[in-house]
Amino acid sequence: MMKMALFLPELFLLLSCLVIFLLTLGKMSSTTVRNITAALSVITFLICTASLKLEGELFFRAYRIDLFSQIFKLCITGGVALLLLFSSELKGIEEKVRAEYYLFLLLSSLGLVMLVSSVELLAIFVSLELSSFALYLLVPMRDDQGGLREQMEAGIKYILFGVVATGIMLFGMSYLFGLTGTTYLNELIPAMSQVITSPAAIVGIAMVMGGFFFKLGLFPFHFWLPDVYQGASNETTAFIASVPKLGAVALLIRVATLAAPSADALVNLLMILAVCSMFYGNLIALVQKDIKRMLAFSGIAHAGFVILGVLTLKDTGFASAIYYITGYMLMNLACFLVICNVSVKGENLQISDLTGLYKRAPLMAFTLAVGMFALAGIPPFVGFMGKFMLLAGALQAGHLPLVILAAINTAIAIYYYLSVVRISYCTDPEERPAVAVAPLAQAVSVALVLIIIVMGIMPAAVVNIATVAVRGIM
Amino acid sequence: MQDFLIMNTLGYPILSLLVFLPLAGVIPLLLLKNDEVAKYSTLAATLLIAIVSLPLYFKFDKTTAMFQFGEHHAWIPMWDINYTLGIDGISLLLVLLTTMIMPLCVLCSWNYIKTRVRPFLACLLIMETSMLGVFMSLDFVLFYILWEAMLIPMYLLIAIWGGPRKIYASIKFFLYTLAGSVLLLVAIIALYLENGSFSIPMMMGQDYSSVFQIYVFLAFFLAFAIKVPMFPFHTWLPAAHVEAPTAGSVVLASVLLKMGTYGFLRFCLPITPEATITFMPYILWLSIAGIIYGGFTALAQSDMKKLIAYSSVGHMGFVTLGIFVLNVHGIEGALLQMINHGITTGALFIIVGMIYERTHSRELSMAAGVGKFMPIYVTFLGFFSLSSLAFPGTNSFIGEFLVLAGAFSKSKIIAACAIPGAILAAAYMLRMLQKVVWGEEHNPDQSYLKDLNVREILTLAPLLVFVLWIGLNPGPFLDVMHTSVANLIQQVGIAGLEQQNFIEIAKLVIPQ
Repeated sequence: MMKMALFLPELFLLLSCLVIFLLTLGKMSSTTVRNITAALSVITFLICTASLKLEGELFFRAYRIDLFSQIFKLCITGGVALLLLFSSELKGIEEKVRAEYYLFLLLSSLGLVMLVSSVELLAIFVSLELSSFALYLLVPMRDDQGGLREQMEAGIKYILFGVVATGIMLFGMSYLFGLTGTTYLNELIPAMSQVITSPAAIVGIAMVMGGFFFKLGLFPFHFWLPDVYQGASNETTAFIASVPKLGAVALLIRVATLAAPSADALVNLLMILAVCSMFYGNLIALVQKDIKRMLAFSGIAHAGFVILGVLTLKDTGFASAIYYITGYMLMNLACFLVICNVSVKGENLQISDLTGLYKRAPLMAFTLAVGMFALAGIPPFVGFMGKFMLLAGALQAGHLPLVILAAINTAIAIYYYLSVVRISYCTDPEERPAVAVAPLAQAVSVALVLIIIVMGIMPAAVVNIATVAVRGIM
Repeated sequence: MQDFLIMNTLGYPILSLLVFLPLAGVIPLLLLKNDEVAKYSTLAATLLIAIVSLPLYFKFDKTTAMFQFGEHHAWIPMWDINYTLGIDGISLLLVLLTTMIMPLCVLCSWNYIKTRVRPFLACLLIMETSMLGVFMSLDFVLFYILWEAMLIPMYLLIAIWGGPRKIYASIKFFLYTLAGSVLLLVAIIALYLENGSFSIPMMMGQDYSSVFQIYVFLAFFLAFAIKVPMFPFHTWLPAAHVEAPTAGSVVLASVLLKMGTYGFLRFCLPITPEATITFMPYILWLSIAGIIYGGFTALAQSDMKKLIAYSSVGHMGFVTLGIFVLNVHGIEGALLQMINHGITTGALFIIVGMIYERTHSRELSMAAGVGKFMPIYVTFLGFFSLSSLAFPGTNSFIGEFLVLAGAFSKSKIIAACAIPGAILAAAYMLRMLQKVVWGEEHNPDQSYLKDLNVREILTLAPLLVFVLWIGLNPGPFLDVMHTSVANLIQQVGIAGLEQQNFIEIAKLVIPQ
């Protein structure tokens, strides 16, 4: 019975999936299904809050409940709940598949929740696939708007790149198993320290990381990001852009502990990838016209930033990475909340479509401005504190050139974030209509703004708990 | 507590009160629906802040160089980041200047801002919080957060309520200042790794290696030189000033520019003294270039706001000149000149804003010959113009005189090169004064203009009082800074003695 309590969030999520599955068989209206899904996701979030302090192991020690996993579960379910609360109607999805859409969304979350608790290579693989396959299905579910079948293209790209990345990851896992004879992470850690100097170990770890680089959208696994963001409906993109990245960072940290305390070759590799990612993402984002594409490239740049924390291979760096990616999820959700609400029929938004937003929907304009300034790393928002701690951690680990390049990148990035704010605040709406925003979405946007500010001003609590969590797995 | 901080003994946390009162002033703006009431509530808030700040002057201990009215609370223990506030003789007058200027900013926007009044007032109040915080914070992270956070309300002030080219001006302002300060963050973290603390006073007077100092200094310099702005980083300033609404220009000129020079005094000199001495000659020549360039460019302007903006470049050149001659006269003159520039240039921008409200043009030719119809207005203009050109008896005379005295004792040639700046100031200010008051033979019809009303007189009168007060009796203002400045000179001087070879280099660049 105790073991059941440990597994309660997952069980409840699984149960929710079954409930939604039954609903898809009936003829219930999509609004009802949404309300039920939102309610279930909020309950899941509350269960995760209650089980934050639990510890224990399940399934032959392949599945561990510890502070590290519970924090991530809390963030993941929280993100999903916020997303479901503000996406009141699925504008870009055909009416007849909306119920299924919610099913796959919850399944994907379930995969992520299980992923962060998995401490055995095959369990990791299975959970990752559960979350990925549900996502592969969400992308092409968008209704065919222009007849260009963009969503199909995006879906195919997503699945092809995804499968290749997973293949690379599996290959890397076989290396790790071959070197050490075990697939359990806690046995891998001491075993790896024996062989960490051998090239095979580095290659193995790097290849396993590749699978999560794909989820995170780090260079050179980023090719799918802009097209999928653009091809998927706004709500799907909001999910892909925020929640799975938490899982990716969680697992990157778990894998990076295999290489701690020192593995120069791996650190150098990560450094190169981080720098490429930042420059590539920021420079190309400068010329984007579609706001989702712009956020995709900004996401590539932010992925590079998070790696700054991972490559320190220290607890402070890992904790900063957790803080940063949590903040990143919230900032992204804030931006996508605005995109979902301003988009009338679920179509893609050009940046110019935000013209005069401050007159059409003042709260949306404000939320967007906060989100953009936060993504740009301007204080007092969470983006700044995260950036600051990542830079401080990386400099502490002695990577001065990397830190300077990252700092230069924040200066490059400000231009495109600012141009969104400029469009929404400095121009007249001309003929564009006012934007109607549901009260619930308004409440979520106020909540997001407050969290972004409070987390930016008082990061101590979050960072402390993240540090404790990270020390527990090292 | 720490040996650099005298804890606050007033019984209430006066510095925190000053920082958070403006934020509290934002709350009524969110609740009120009526713009008129919102204006009065903001005016009351800013006046209250000004009154609360007065004990800082009267209770200030002039005999110590330590930071006073201190407050210290742990904030992010993991990185040893604290919420530490305190002021010394260098920051005291700047804090008071800020609290005095803000009510005037509200007054001068009374009729100027017609749309979205409440968000405008909220931006002003958030600006006040961050500006006061910048001058008070003794923790580098706190400083940096407030320093950067200020960009957002200032950006919005220009971008929403600005003139025709507001988009260009606001983006340029934002990009310039942000790009300047990203490396400042790296320097801050590097200093933290050397010291294990983000406390600013604890970073002073440490024995950093010369190379380290030079890198840190360059990162500081880029950030602060853009903010001042020093030649050749000044190009954002005219654009931002011209497009900003009056209150934005006033805040920009009176307080924001001072943050750059404050940064030099607070960080560059005491934290990296060796590097300061190494780079001193180049900065002095840049200051001279700014003085001359600003003067000549101001002479050629037909837009009044642009004229004053370029005159700012020249005046701020005097300030950096005074700081980097590194002697008591120079630095005290520079500090006083910072205050003077805040008063005088702020007033001039308000004056231009008043004529703009009436004629809807800032062109000098459109404002020609208003003296006959607006006698009170031109009287104020006359006084502030004289102050701007450092006429004896006004505030700027004292400041510029001290700076030049300091420069002379450093190098006669440097001082001689700065003198034309003073003459140029007279030329462009008198040109403007002459045009506005009398104009030419055929002036545009100005008979419809009404002279200043009581609100406008009340806006300008306090500034005029200070122009004459500092001009005739600068003692009370110089007294409070004396101990701190002497301490600062000592901090740099000790490093200078150890660095004879740098001084040799300096001699090559500065002819004696």
